[in-house]
Amino acid sequence: MIRIGDAPSVRRLLIGIALTLTALLLLLPLVAIFAQALMSGIDVYWQNLSDTYTLAAIGLTLLVAVITVPVNLIFGVFLAWLVTRFAFPGRRLLQTLIDIPFAVSPVVAGLVYLLLYGRNGWLGGWLDAHDIQIMFAWPGIVLVTVFVTCPFVARELIPLMQAQGSREEEAAVTLGASGWTIFRRVTLPNIRHALLYGVILTNARAVGEFGAVSVVAGAIRGQTNTLPLQVEQLYQDYNTVGAFTSASLLALLALLTLAAKAALEWRAARRETAT
Amino acid sequence: MSIRLSQIDKTYGNKGRGSKGRGSKGHGHKDDGRTRALEPIDLDIHDGELIGLLGPSGSGKTTLLRIVAGLEQADGGTIHFGEREVTHVHVRDRRIGFVFQHYALFRHMSVFDNVAFGLTAMPRSQRPSSGEIRTRVMQLLEMVRLQDFAERFPAQLSGGQQQRVSLARALALKPDVLLLDEPFGALDAKVRQELRRWLRHLHEELHFTSLFVTHDQEEALELSDRVVVMSNGRVEQIATPDTLYRQPANRFVFEFLGDVNRLEGDIEDEVLTCGNARVAVPGVEDGRRELLLRPHEIRLDDQPGPRAHLPVSVTAVVPVGAEVRIELEADWLGEPWLATISHADFERLAITRGKRLYAQPSRLHRFDTPRPQTLAPLSIS
Amino acid sequence: MIAQALTRRRERRVLPGFGLSLGVSLTFVSLVLLLPLTSLVGQLSQLSWSQYWFLITDPRLLASYTVTLLAAAVAALFNAVFGLLMAWVLVRYEFPGKRLVDALMDLPFALPTAVAGITLATLYSSNGWIGRLLEPLGISVSYTWIGIALAMAFTSIPFVVRTVQPVLEDLPAEVDEAAMTLGASDGLAFRRVILPYLWPALVTGTGLAFVRSLGEFGAVIFIAGGKPYETEITSLMIFVKLQEYDYAGASAVASIVLATSLALLLAINLWQGRFIKRLHGGRG
Repeated sequence: MIRIGDAPSVRRLLIGIALTLTALLLLLPLVAIFAQALMSGIDVYWQNLSDTYTLAAIGLTLLVAVITVPVNLIFGVFLAWLVTRFAFPGRRLLQTLIDIPFAVSPVVAGLVYLLLYGRNGWLGGWLDAHDIQIMFAWPGIVLVTVFVTCPFVARELIPLMQAQGSREEEAAVTLGASGWTIFRRVTLPNIRHALLYGVILTNARAVGEFGAVSVVAGAIRGQTNTLPLQVEQLYQDYNTVGAFTSASLLALLALLTLAAKAALEWRAARRETAT
Repeated sequence: MSIRLSQIDKTYGNKGRGSKGRGSKGHGHKDDGRTRALEPIDLDIHDGELIGLLGPSGSGKTTLLRIVAGLEQADGGTIHFGEREVTHVHVRDRRIGFVFQHYALFRHMSVFDNVAFGLTAMPRSQRPSSGEIRTRVMQLLEMVRLQDFAERFPAQLSGGQQQRVSLARALALKPDVLLLDEPFGALDAKVRQELRRWLRHLHEELHFTSLFVTHDQEEALELSDRVVVMSNGRVEQIATPDTLYRQPANRFVFEFLGDVNRLEGDIEDEVLTCGNARVAVPGVEDGRRELLLRPHEIRLDDQPGPRAHLPVSVTAVVPVGAEVRIELEADWLGEPWLATISHADFERLAITRGKRLYAQPSRLHRFDTPRPQTLAPLSIS
Repeated sequence: MIAQALTRRRERRVLPGFGLSLGVSLTFVSLVLLLPLTSLVGQLSQLSWSQYWFLITDPRLLASYTVTLLAAAVAALFNAVFGLLMAWVLVRYEFPGKRLVDALMDLPFALPTAVAGITLATLYSSNGWIGRLLEPLGISVSYTWIGIALAMAFTSIPFVVRTVQPVLEDLPAEVDEAAMTLGASDGLAFRRVILPYLWPALVTGTGLAFVRSLGEFGAVIFIAGGKPYETEITSLMIFVKLQEYDYAGASAVASIVLATSLALLLAINLWQGRFIKRLHGGRG
């Protein structure tokens, strides 16, 4: 088969430019993270990792992810079910609304939460009176992270469930299955890859969110520092090796995310060719 | 412009880009796991001829057409357009017009721009002026009877209209050769019939040399000056529609060109016996043999004839147009027979489902000899 | 009225779970998305128009608008070209390491922005791996708008690649072939036939990259340095005002950023809808 751009000279030129730019823009920064982290040797690396503040930051980051991911998973599934299985007025509006976190600058996201729950905010007075601390504490970090990551699961599920249509579920209804059974036995097997992918993306973003979190965290070392905030703080303190040590953990997670995504896509592609 | 192919062949490897192409479906397998798409093929097409490439899917007909177009490279052999050798000429320089099964119109361009594309894509030095382009495009649109649709977009046209635009687009550059890949395959029966007649007419008027691919026997026989029947990457027969039907070169061609009834039995003294059925087969040696006959080569009667004693019973009756299709069954038949008879015979015999009748073959064909033979049964002695 | 419409339609619903999923979704959207956004409106309503106008036209802020828009535009245009090239190469060609390169395209989404920020800042600083090579040429990236554009470009790489790639994959071979049989050269066929097919995806991807770049914070601040009137981006201005407890000022700026992003997002969606309608048989 002959196609446009098949001439060897064109092909070589385009592949050459593409590979050079990819190496320069994407591969080099990735290598640099680990190179910087290990600059002073592996002992210093371990030392940096086992630093109390770093460990605390890892703990807080995990806590945020552990709460955020299930919350958004549940919300994403309900929303996707709602907008792909039913027709109702305002459906498009709802779909547009959940895209807002993608469009909003993370700093603005942090700001609106600060305005709501902060000392001078609408709920701030009430919270203060009941001695509940949300801003500049971990609940605030969780809240903004939920905000920032809420579209991911729904975004993965909606196009897929729309394309699949509801015939299979309708068939299950005619066979007398209950709602939960239908979801678990008919819908879930069809969407589990997309669901998993949505979870992976949610997790990656939840762990890595910086802008929104930095507004609401207040950065009390050892208490409200997530890993990305820890990276920033160490970097501002001119502790480059320390900053990149924490960064390398996040980069490792990013690589795992990419690998998981590639594996999911590979399996999906293989299933497609098999049928 | 005449087309001459000599020793064109093609094999798809396990790897490589070709194996992903759609030309790779089916075909004969070679021992080393590679797929032979085309056996070496010779083909001479005269100037102004309309040739149909006919075969089942996977027979290599589309691959052959695409090789002529330059969309695929043959492994060996040569292609000449007239005196010009084009074997290694890039598709864009071959001066061919190509019509795709799914039209392949540029959906973001109006009908006018689609037809004008080839002209506007010419190098500036050869490109006609925009006035000339406009005149030429409007002429073409008039020819395909779409002059009122120039400003429409492809999505606003029916399938038949889109295919006409596609044809006008292919003809805009006055190609030496027009190639059509299943041009009517995606259209419904009625539109297909209409377009076929219209293409035939256009061909007679403009006299371009064309080669088209089809898997529809009727289409091939109706349109072509000559038909190339292909199977498994081989040419089975090249002949006029008439010859093809009357003198099929082999069993494949016979079976592919129409419905076929089979009769298998033991022959002794020029009589074939199968259960309680008997039929005279003059000149056939003793032994177990299979003979074939077409539905219209069966006569039905309520008495056994002098040359055949073939008791059958009617299982289905379908009146179609000028004839009636009768499905027949018998103990001695492996699979049911199909007979087509006239309405007059149908009424005379008062045929209903379940009625018992006697079949009388007017001709029988055998393909187990080096050359196919046709025999007319004589009386059973 | 909506409630009425809902009951009217209920009998036509076959599948279960409408009430529950509607309840969960609306509660979530109201609490997580809408309530916080209304607090911004509440904060702004305490300002008079002249105060608001004064806050958002502060010269230092105006300079930040310019630098943010300029850098985001450059980043988006770079990504339009780079993304198109990568999508083409990944779809049309086979080469060793292709799957690795394909996977790497998503790195900017997977890598936390702060990590990207300090890495780029380190690489392009005057003694970094790349900055060291550029300095003799008189090009400084760190602490200039070029650095800001670079960081923005990095974080928005996947948008164009991932929107164009599937469209290019679905493009039937006949499109190429039709153009070639009509004598078009590679360049012409790409420009006049293939590019129009990719155009909606390309514009959408570039638009999304632009929106994302406008709001980018973590990746940019480290390499930007934050020199007033020169390398301060608008997101940073909000952050700075917050640290000074100037909530009114921060809200005013945030409202500008928010309105711009939402307007752009809406424009992209509308444009896309109209374009698709035309290709599928709507009147030209």
